[in-house]
Amino acid sequence: MTNGTNDHAPPPAVHAEGVVKRFGPTVALDGVGITVAAGDSHALVGRNGAGKSTLVSVLTGLHVPDAGRVSFQGEPAPAAGDTAAWQSKVACVYQKSMVVPDLTVAENLFLGRLGRGRIRWSALRAQAADLLAEYGVDVDPAARAGDLTVEQGQFVEIARALSFGARFIILDEPTAQLDAAGIERLFTRLRELQRQGVAFLFISHHLQEVYDLCSTVTVYRDARHVLTAPVAELGKAELVAAMTGEDAGGQAAAGWHAKAVRDGGGEPVLRAEGLALDGLYEPIDLAVRAGEVVGLAGATASGNTALGETLVGLRKATAGRTLVAGRPVRPGSVPHALGAGIGYVPEDRHRQGLVLGRSVAENATLSVTDQLGPYGTVLPSKTREFAQRMIASLDIKTSGPGQPVSDLSGGNQQKVVIARALAREPRVLVAIRPTAGVDVKSKDSLLSVVRGVAERGDAAVIVSDELDDLRVCDRVVALFHGRVIAEFGSGWTDRDLVSAMEGLPTGGGKGAEE
Amino acid sequence: MSETSQLTADPAVPRAAGRAAPRIQLSRYRDLSLLPVIFVLGVIGFIVSPAFLTSDNLIGVLQQTSELSLLVLGEAMILICGRMDLSLESTIGVAPVVAMWLVMPSSGSATYHGIGVLPGWMSIPACLAVGLLIGGFNGFMILKLRVNGFIVTLGMLTMLRGLQDGISQGKSIVEVPGSFSYLGKASWLGAPAAVWICLVLFAVGGLALGYLRHGRALYAIGGNTEAARAAGIRVDRITWIVLALGGLLAAFAGVLYVGHYGAVSSTQGDGWIFQVFAATVIGGVSLNGGRGTLFGALTGVIALQLVVNVTTLGGVPPLWDKFLYGAIIIVALIISRFASGEKQD
Repeated sequence: MTNGTNDHAPPPAVHAEGVVKRFGPTVALDGVGITVAAGDSHALVGRNGAGKSTLVSVLTGLHVPDAGRVSFQGEPAPAAGDTAAWQSKVACVYQKSMVVPDLTVAENLFLGRLGRGRIRWSALRAQAADLLAEYGVDVDPAARAGDLTVEQGQFVEIARALSFGARFIILDEPTAQLDAAGIERLFTRLRELQRQGVAFLFISHHLQEVYDLCSTVTVYRDARHVLTAPVAELGKAELVAAMTGEDAGGQAAAGWHAKAVRDGGGEPVLRAEGLALDGLYEPIDLAVRAGEVVGLAGATASGNTALGETLVGLRKATAGRTLVAGRPVRPGSVPHALGAGIGYVPEDRHRQGLVLGRSVAENATLSVTDQLGPYGTVLPSKTREFAQRMIASLDIKTSGPGQPVSDLSGGNQQKVVIARALAREPRVLVAIRPTAGVDVKSKDSLLSVVRGVAERGDAAVIVSDELDDLRVCDRVVALFHGRVIAEFGSGWTDRDLVSAMEGLPTGGGKGAEE
Repeated sequence: MSETSQLTADPAVPRAAGRAAPRIQLSRYRDLSLLPVIFVLGVIGFIVSPAFLTSDNLIGVLQQTSELSLLVLGEAMILICGRMDLSLESTIGVAPVVAMWLVMPSSGSATYHGIGVLPGWMSIPACLAVGLLIGGFNGFMILKLRVNGFIVTLGMLTMLRGLQDGISQGKSIVEVPGSFSYLGKASWLGAPAAVWICLVLFAVGGLALGYLRHGRALYAIGGNTEAARAAGIRVDRITWIVLALGGLLAAFAGVLYVGHYGAVSSTQGDGWIFQVFAATVIGGVSLNGGRGTLFGALTGVIALQLVVNVTTLGGVPPLWDKFLYGAIIIVALIISRFASGEKQD
């Protein structure tokens, strides 16, 4: 779709077309393509679920596409499993460094290609020093890789990739853990390498960086390719519109939104006063009134999840306090938060939500075991009865309370997690990404359960980056890099919220339109 | 919005499908899986030797089982909540020795001289307190200092064994207060008191794990610690209590052992931890935590002791015992790996 422009130019660093990848019933990539010219720095943007990470897996040889073809510098991609061949074509530098922390930098650089026979340490170190010097990386080859800063680690990985002969490097959110000066140094280095003919595919949630670094941008949405354009010709507003889908945005605006907040709602049920957690988010004030659903929007590293986890007592704030109905909650204690009336739907149901080997009944009653019998006993009959009630009220599809929760579908598992959060009839329900990985139908019913909490006079907080989750909120507070960047009533457009979550100031979208 | 509120309607109406005829769930009977094995062992024993099916022999097996079973009881609870404690086998020896050291007079006709700071009747409470302290210390190391539990308890195993050798000067203590040896020696209703005590403790433990909120919490903690914490379970506190209880049970096993053999043996409990693990694993307790029952663990100990008894009666020299234990562990691991499809690592 975008090729054809480089007939007399060198072949593109990477060219993919018609790539299809399915995982079971889910289509992760639906006939997408991408072309990165040699020496270009190309941005790939899209919201969660757009297919970015799947494309990275396909381009690095981790996944074999179900259809379509990939070529590097005009040659077809190596066979699946031929790691050495892939390494000579492409490398991906992830957010988290993939180096082996307990080995030295030199060993990491030559991992898997130390040669046969005895390791000559001095030669290896000299070789590593040469390599690092060649790419201008100022790191001691004898240092332990785990002692490097994030920035140094990324440089080492880039140098390692280049030493394999790769001329195409994928950077997956490389700036998420860097400070401004570090980002500047990284960009300077990347520009130098670009001049040497290295091509980059840059994946970031920070749209400003796309404008700072990249010359071309490709947008994916819902597993499909939306557009590829030179960055200079694409306004920020158009870019955000492409990510959210203008048509879809228009529809959604016309479709259901939570009704406007009823003001004069009285006492806030949940209040955060100057709540802060060092390194994750800065002091934040938040008030959630009875009958209100408040959204905490934000991308992965925005601090919204950490804020949610602080509210429920999983993390201990470094400053500020949380109050429920005017009374302070003891910080950093889930039992106290529960006692104060905060219900919690954790982020990842497999990691934090469910005890997978145990039954539906046990999982649903995990936080109400004190109500299931006298003197600290848990009577099976009461547990079953309680679970049966939950199963009925949330319409959980299960063969019965005794079924292991691991046998349930994702949507029904999530309902069990929500059932447990509701079991104590909380004053405030804090739900973190409540609809992650569930089908559309379950999504609606899960969100309506959360909405129902507010409707019966309690309050709810939804922490998410999913627009569908946030649509049920009366009010949305958007976080970016640990700070509140914008606040919306219920009438927000997808475009405004997404630009806020991607770090563009609220006015930015409109400014670019003019 | 109208379509969104219907889900919360009629919460009290039970779903008809939930009442569908219950399927027979094999997993529910997993606890009973060793009963046929025990039966087969009995039949083999009967064929191998006429002495097997005598009350003397069977009561002997049960009495020998009793001390080991208390360690298994403790270890099973610790494993269910996702931890492990290797030091139990040293606690069974060091706790009685410390108790003797505290109660035995510093001079007199006895061959062992302690410091005599406590009266004789205090020997059992002192012994139990020592066990509790050891378990509590393990908990402190594992939960507060966040040290690897395997290494800590391995270190404790060696250290406590050394402490026992030091205090007892490497010798067995043959004079023990009457109150101390009573429980291990006495016979109630035609069977050793120790056997009754163990049965009661297993019953109490089994009921606690099945019907008490804190008992149920062990399964949640072992199955998914993060989820248990997020659900408001006081994970550290409960784990700590379980580790302390494990020490307490091991110390109590020491009391029964001393009464049974009439002396505090210098090698008491030495090497038992392998049998403890073998019995718990054979009994269906998962090494990964969150799975297993105390009844299963009990059948595990009994099966293990029956194997040893049958082979002894069958004339297999006792020098092969260790080989047998090892082989049983390996076979049990292979079987449970394929029976549950779960990795035992």
